[in-house]
Amino acid sequence: MTSELLFAVTGVILFAIGAAGTILLANLLRRVLAFNIMGSGACVVLVSLAQRNGIADPVPQAMVLTGIVVAVAATGVALALTRRLHQLTGECETTSSVEHD
Amino acid sequence: MSANLRRLAVILGAATFVWLLADTLFTLPLPAVDLRPLVSANLAQSGVTHPVTAVLLNFRGFDTLLEIAVMLVALIAVLASLPGDSSRATVSDNTDDMLPAFSRTAVPLMLLYALYLLWAGAFRPGGAFQAGALLAAALALLHLARLMPAWSAPGLLLRGGLVAGFLVFLGIAAALMAGGALLQYPPAHAGMLILLIESTLAVSLALILAGLFLFVSSDGGTPK
Amino acid sequence: MTENIALIGVFTVPLLWATLAFLLGPGRGAFVAITGSVVQLFLALILARSVLVDGPLNHSTGGWGAPLGIDLYVDGLTAAMLLLTQVVALPIFVYARSYFAPGAHAARHFWPLAGFLIAGMNALYLANDIFNLYVTLEIVGLAAVALIAAGGGAGQVAAALRYLFAALLGSGAYLLGVALIYGTYGSVSIATLTPLIDVAAPRVVSIAALLMFAGLMLKSALFPFHYWLPAAHGGAPAPVSALLSALVVKAAIYLCLRLWLGPFAPLVQAAAWLPGVLGAGAILWGSAMAIRTPRLKLLVAYSTVAQLGYLFLAFPLLTPGAAVLGAVTLQAIAHGLAKAAMFAAAGIIIHSTGRDAVAEVAGVAERLPLTLFAFALAGVSLMGLPPSGGFLAKWLLLDAALNAGHWALVAVIIAGGLLAAIYVFRVVRQAFLNLPEELADRQKHTGRPVPRVLEWMAFGLAAASVLLGLFSVDLLKLIAVGNPL
Repeated sequence: MTSELLFAVTGVILFAIGAAGTILLANLLRRVLAFNIMGSGACVVLVSLAQRNGIADPVPQAMVLTGIVVAVAATGVALALTRRLHQLTGECETTSSVEHD
Repeated sequence: MSANLRRLAVILGAATFVWLLADTLFTLPLPAVDLRPLVSANLAQSGVTHPVTAVLLNFRGFDTLLEIAVMLVALIAVLASLPGDSSRATVSDNTDDMLPAFSRTAVPLMLLYALYLLWAGAFRPGGAFQAGALLAAALALLHLARLMPAWSAPGLLLRGGLVAGFLVFLGIAAALMAGGALLQYPPAHAGMLILLIESTLAVSLALILAGLFLFVSSDGGTPK
Repeated sequence: MTENIALIGVFTVPLLWATLAFLLGPGRGAFVAITGSVVQLFLALILARSVLVDGPLNHSTGGWGAPLGIDLYVDGLTAAMLLLTQVVALPIFVYARSYFAPGAHAARHFWPLAGFLIAGMNALYLANDIFNLYVTLEIVGLAAVALIAAGGGAGQVAAALRYLFAALLGSGAYLLGVALIYGTYGSVSIATLTPLIDVAAPRVVSIAALLMFAGLMLKSALFPFHYWLPAAHGGAPAPVSALLSALVVKAAIYLCLRLWLGPFAPLVQAAAWLPGVLGAGAILWGSAMAIRTPRLKLLVAYSTVAQLGYLFLAFPLLTPGAAVLGAVTLQAIAHGLAKAAMFAAAGIIIHSTGRDAVAEVAGVAERLPLTLFAFALAGVSLMGLPPSGGFLAKWLLLDAALNAGHWALVAVIIAGGLLAAIYVFRVVRQAFLNLPEELADRQKHTGRPVPRVLEWMAFGLAAASVLLGLFSVDLLKLIAVGNPL
């Protein structure tokens, strides 16, 4: 197994851990962390799979740069909203009820 | 009980997914399309010599334009989530003494290094995003060291700085339509245009990234 | 050349006025938004006419073609969705200008966020590159979340967070799919990928397709991934709910259509029944919840869940040779217009009574006849009565389902129309009842007078949805350009 495939499989494992965390965890801060792990996993897969036949491919590296920036933006929004929710309710979790007044 | 069941189902699903995907990755054939010779062949006309910067700002420059829009949306989202009465700019309540001393040395160095990263992006890994991130870190450090208060709702000057990079990029991209397509740099001026875009972008990105942290730090944070 | 300028303008203009609106400061920007939207509508019409006359249009950004650069592509489907977006956005912006009280907290950043939302959607419809699509999906998603949370209350922030995490989960899955596709084929351009993917593609491609569709289904609130939508659309201010239900969910469904008919076409036939089953579930469950809920905006939000089911119900019918793509697009357009009108009308009623409850709709027939008429007209399209666009779309779907022998689909389509009738009549009937004494007294304190322009915007959208059926021949001809289906 070449090193690029090892990276790719690691990326897949990271993605799965992050996705499971985003679905299962209750605390919003932990879900933000899980989402970041998920994004990093996808980026690792993108860069490593493209490098299988020798020298580095610049296109996926540029795409991953974009992906990282997008992830940072999303994390910023998630954290600001979590902080606002904490200010309003004192909690860091979203409940599952839909009907409220 | 159903919460545990849900947990089990998701974990089993994730494990199966990893197993399936890893299995198929081992037998993956080589890709049909190889972009590396295309990038190398066109690198000379792109205005920069580093292939990643060329892809980021020239070949796939449209992605970068939209990505700056994503950052702006995120910043406006953060501003929109602030309570209406956050007009007091508070200083961080850090009581550490070493941090301000360290920052006074470190921040000028960070500024210098950010300028270097911005300029070096044409030849080596670097460019607007890296420089902007470093500048934003410097601003965050200044706040944590009590040398700069957090930011309250932005005034006209700060708003201008936040959008300047995006507007310059958008303006140049649209103006180049006269040459044929969106963002089609004339090869003779491509290097200079890219440097102009990257410089304004670095400043704006620094303000946006710092703002994602500093706008949210402007109130006590205790629940009402 | 004018078509190229129109193509670029349709997303550049909203980006420009959104930035200007932000520069102008909190709460400002309505004028630039409305002016910009008029320009965008004009450009979308130019594009539609150009596509109808000259066929699909391709624009290589940077002058480099795919696969090195990013291509923008306009065919009939894209032109039709662009028209829908601009036609709904303009009245909603005029509505929003009068809806928000001056200095309202929710309106501080409405204009820049709405501008980026529209720009993101327009860029999404034009994109022909799966990674470019990822970035546009993020613009739309983050702007939508911000608009929902701008309402300020704990319930809205919680709903926005739930939507954000659903959207991020979806985007993450989509990104992994893109990564796998690039790893397999070396390109992310749809034009390059479509000829390369055939029935003998490696298993990775099927997994990637599954990931991308799962992500998009999360973003389009397909049952059972709909859990975030009712609270998000039901809790946001009325103009925001209108934009979200009418336009944002359509973007994700449009992408599903694109990928289903484009690169992944050889692979999806085996699983075509799944969206059909899920769509049927959405129609039945969403309608049932709409019939039961006591809150007005929540009723309209559940109706969205149900109506989106129709769009997915059509996926098993999208076999080559059946003219179902036109029906699906027509349903999307008709629903977009009707749902925007319905949320606009609901917003007016809540503005006037001060409370978001179906029971408080009593007496509206006397005070706000135009609004009630708008709500009822929108309901006509949702139920599928002639001559509305909704009727024509459902008729075409029924026709295709009968020809293909899918009797279960026929039954669900008809049942969906009947269920929609039940929840629409629930509101309309309530409006003709007399308002009980205690509610009337309370409404005198909480209610506010309604500016006429709000009612006219709601009525205009509803009328467009109903009259759509009369103009559908040209629309169907447009959608068929570039799509052999």
